[in-house]
Amino acid sequence: MIALLSRDLKLSFRAGGGFGLGLAFFLIVTVMVPFSVGPQSSLLSTIAPGVLWLGALLACLLSLDRLLALDWEDGSLDLLATAPLPLEAVISIKSLAHWITTGLPLVLAAPVLGVLLNLPGPGYFWLVVSLLLGTPALSVIGTFGAALTVGLKRGGLLMSLLVLPLYVPTLIFGAEVARRGAIGMETQTPLLMLAGITAATIALLPFASAVVLRVNLR
Amino acid sequence: MTLTVTDLSITRGGVPVLENLSFELAAGRALILRGPNGIGKTTLLRTVAGLQPPVAGQIDGAEETIAYAGHSDGIKPTLTVTENLTFWARVFGAGSIVPALDAYALNDLADRHAGNLSAGQKRRLGLSRLLVTGRPIWVLDEPTVSLDVSAVAMFADAVRTHLGQGGSALIATHIDLGLDGDVLDVGPFKARPRDVADMEAYL
Repeated sequence: MIALLSRDLKLSFRAGGGFGLGLAFFLIVTVMVPFSVGPQSSLLSTIAPGVLWLGALLACLLSLDRLLALDWEDGSLDLLATAPLPLEAVISIKSLAHWITTGLPLVLAAPVLGVLLNLPGPGYFWLVVSLLLGTPALSVIGTFGAALTVGLKRGGLLMSLLVLPLYVPTLIFGAEVARRGAIGMETQTPLLMLAGITAATIALLPFASAVVLRVNLR
Repeated sequence: MTLTVTDLSITRGGVPVLENLSFELAAGRALILRGPNGIGKTTLLRTVAGLQPPVAGQIDGAEETIAYAGHSDGIKPTLTVTENLTFWARVFGAGSIVPALDAYALNDLADRHAGNLSAGQKRRLGLSRLLVTGRPIWVLDEPTVSLDVSAVAMFADAVRTHLGQGGSALIATHIDLGLDGDVLDVGPFKARPRDVADMEAYL
């Protein structure tokens, strides 16, 4: 399993691996927002948590295409399915690798980009906490979407349509934690909901992903 | 380790391709599958490898014993030859990759990125993966595609060594490998086309 994780990380850092794709998209979205909504700092600080969360979510979505498609195209997925690793483990490792190369950089970049959107002082901590708790769910749900659409030519659109509704709960509670944190309100309820969603998806979805992947490999 | 297939029926895309197929593959033996294009050799091999379930029949002795090599080699172009092979060796928990590199004369290419290899060299790398799996039953689908004469000889040698060590091989191929193995023509097991009346029931 460590071999698979280190291979996936190595592949994503090598040329054409797609590392930084999500990060660059996140950067572009958040840099462009002040230009599009105007420079009123009060307005920007109101919308900052939501914009940052939405940007992170779309950045995550952007990189899902390649998650399993590349391995499917070159036959690695067939070979992994016949390897001693259970497919559930393969899927989980793929999600983890996706989170390390996409989710984690977003979490680390978010506070820096928060400055551009005039995020209020107490909001930085809660923004990072909510993204840290929420982005693993985005990766795991995204892997499920990728497993559903693997093998379809130009499956990206279908996958976005399938995955976006599943992303909504994470987005609602994640952005709510960041918003409440930014204006100094109590954050416990949405934080617990967010953590619950993430824990449930990590526990359950790899099994569902492995099942649909087996069907798609036929 | 004997692979036993009994009364197997398989479909491809919902269409039955082969039915009532039975064979046995004992340790140290090779079985060469023959048959025209589209008869269902690839589907049969994928079924034996566990990538798709049979419609009917039984496959025994295929649990965690099969090393499958299909039309694609599962090679990552941005990794070097050594990195590609080491990855599979670690996944299968096998030891050194040196014998595999030697068997297919990949030593000179070891540090090259796999994306820069020729089609035949990639195939050699894909076949060398079988040697690091440590699995006894090789299930190979057209293994000699894009190989030159000397590479085909390397492959035949590797199979012979594998058989000599008590392994077995199920190979779909159109060329003569000079292997001492049984030949199974899957043609006679071609599934009967479904009755039109049957089809209409689904329309």
